[in-house]
Amino acid sequence: MKQFENNALSITALTKVYGKDFEALKGIDLQVAPGDFFALLGPNGAGKSTIIGIICSLVRKSSGSVTIFGKNIDEDFSAAKQFVGVVPQEFNFNQFEKPLDILITQAGYYGIPATVAAGRAEKYLKQLGLWDKRNIASRNLSGGMKRRLMVARALIHEPKLLVLDEPTAGVDIELRRSMWAFLKKINKQGTTIILTTHYLEEAESLCRNVAIIDRGRIIQNTSIRELIKKLNKETFIIDIKDKIDVCPEVVNYPLSMLDASSLEVSVDKNRSINDLFKALNEQGIQVLSMRNKANRLEELFFDLVEKNLVSADGEASDE
Amino acid sequence: MNNQQKWVAFSTIVRREIRRFMRIWPQTLVPPVITMALYFVIFGKLIGSRIGEMSDLPYIQFVAPGLIMMSIITNSYANVVSSFFGSKFQRNIEELLVSPTPNWIILTGYVVGGMSRGIGVGLIVTLLSLYFAEFSLHSIPVTIGIVLMTALMFSLAGLINAIFANSFDDISIIPTFVLTPLIYLGGVFYSIDLLGGLWKAISLFNPILYMVNAFRYGMVGITDINIVGSFAMVGLFSALLFTVALFLLEKGSRLRS
Repeated sequence: MKQFENNALSITALTKVYGKDFEALKGIDLQVAPGDFFALLGPNGAGKSTIIGIICSLVRKSSGSVTIFGKNIDEDFSAAKQFVGVVPQEFNFNQFEKPLDILITQAGYYGIPATVAAGRAEKYLKQLGLWDKRNIASRNLSGGMKRRLMVARALIHEPKLLVLDEPTAGVDIELRRSMWAFLKKINKQGTTIILTTHYLEEAESLCRNVAIIDRGRIIQNTSIRELIKKLNKETFIIDIKDKIDVCPEVVNYPLSMLDASSLEVSVDKNRSINDLFKALNEQGIQVLSMRNKANRLEELFFDLVEKNLVSADGEASDE
Repeated sequence: MNNQQKWVAFSTIVRREIRRFMRIWPQTLVPPVITMALYFVIFGKLIGSRIGEMSDLPYIQFVAPGLIMMSIITNSYANVVSSFFGSKFQRNIEELLVSPTPNWIILTGYVVGGMSRGIGVGLIVTLLSLYFAEFSLHSIPVTIGIVLMTALMFSLAGLINAIFANSFDDISIIPTFVLTPLIYLGGVFYSIDLLGGLWKAISLFNPILYMVNAFRYGMVGITDINIVGSFAMVGLFSALLFTVALFLLEKGSRLRS
């Protein structure tokens, strides 16, 4: 990855030990360029939320350094914090307060007077479809509205870096798509965005660069495009016209039966699928339709995490 | 943050705190007034008329300053402990922790919020007491000074309690088992001259005794103890509590993992 003079985020040799011996982060190095849309992927417990917690100072690091737009969080705490807006995974606003009050109060914590904050609150509440709900107690908002309220709150001081910890977890498809559109828009306007997500489809459609973290280490840090190039196999589900009792055999195409009228096959990236159709046709099997079994990125993700698991086990047994 | 931004952050916290206790006034303002009205009726009028005089004053005049101080203490403490712990419990304290607001501003913002409620309730109870007894202020500076310092000290104590608290039980233990006994044994209802040597000596370790007596001096001009000593004691405790509270916030104890 390219090095920039003033990266939006620059993390060097970051470690975090919880308690006496649980190493959540084992020396993370990460650079995020200004204007990037960056995904931080990893299974549960990988260390994603710990990294975000350290960036926004809710978690104390054990060692290493974190710099946000050139400001070190240890040396220039106040300036570094002005640059960051954070949307946490869990709802963390006062459920008894009104959305408008929550936003104006949050702006106040950044030193923004209420008169200025009121204008910004109106702008973001309107953009996120919450203006009509501005004066009701936040506990009465739906789950999706609460999540959008947290996005509006994170933007109220107009940060240069927006960090979102699983922003669309548990929201319906329509809302997820509208959230994506909104995030794309503010990224286009210049806000650097880092998000963690379990939805790999989300990373694939939103982000330009990605780091995959597992067991406190970054195991892959590249562009989404490069990552997808690494895919060497795809799994397809094939629906067939007539029911069959025995799974057909085709050389170089390992088929398995899912049920009497559908098959699963794993195909090398450089092998043509036409040969498979031809071979099936010769055996009297007509293909009705075909679809990807899973998201391509998802397959690669599991592959990488699995490899890391094997190498971690290897290291453990060497010790 | 420049000074203007710091002022905005501070006033935001204070405004939010005042808005909170005004929004839930049936829980924050009405109960202490009803409780104190009952104290005035029972201890002041019904029992007080049979007690006669205490320290050469009608009993209702003796007990009223103590009751006013009691409401200031309990409300200053209760406001900060419940507000700060509530923010921890709902995790909206994170809104402040991720912001550039310095810890000393967070501390003073919450404390001024707590003082506002303590003094506000104290004022209402004072107005209520005028229905039962007549007062003329003996010393305005002493009265105002001790009210401010007492509200400050117990707001700070409430904040420390809230930082350590992990459950709602933890925020009621100190008020129930420490604060209430100290208030009742702090010369609110009697002069410590009534106590024997040992109990009188033990009472002198109770900081509330100093506050109640200083306030009583400010209002009616009598006290069991030295006024300068009272201010010194309250000032010392407040400075100590401020240092502890700021240290805990800087360290992020029970707030940052």
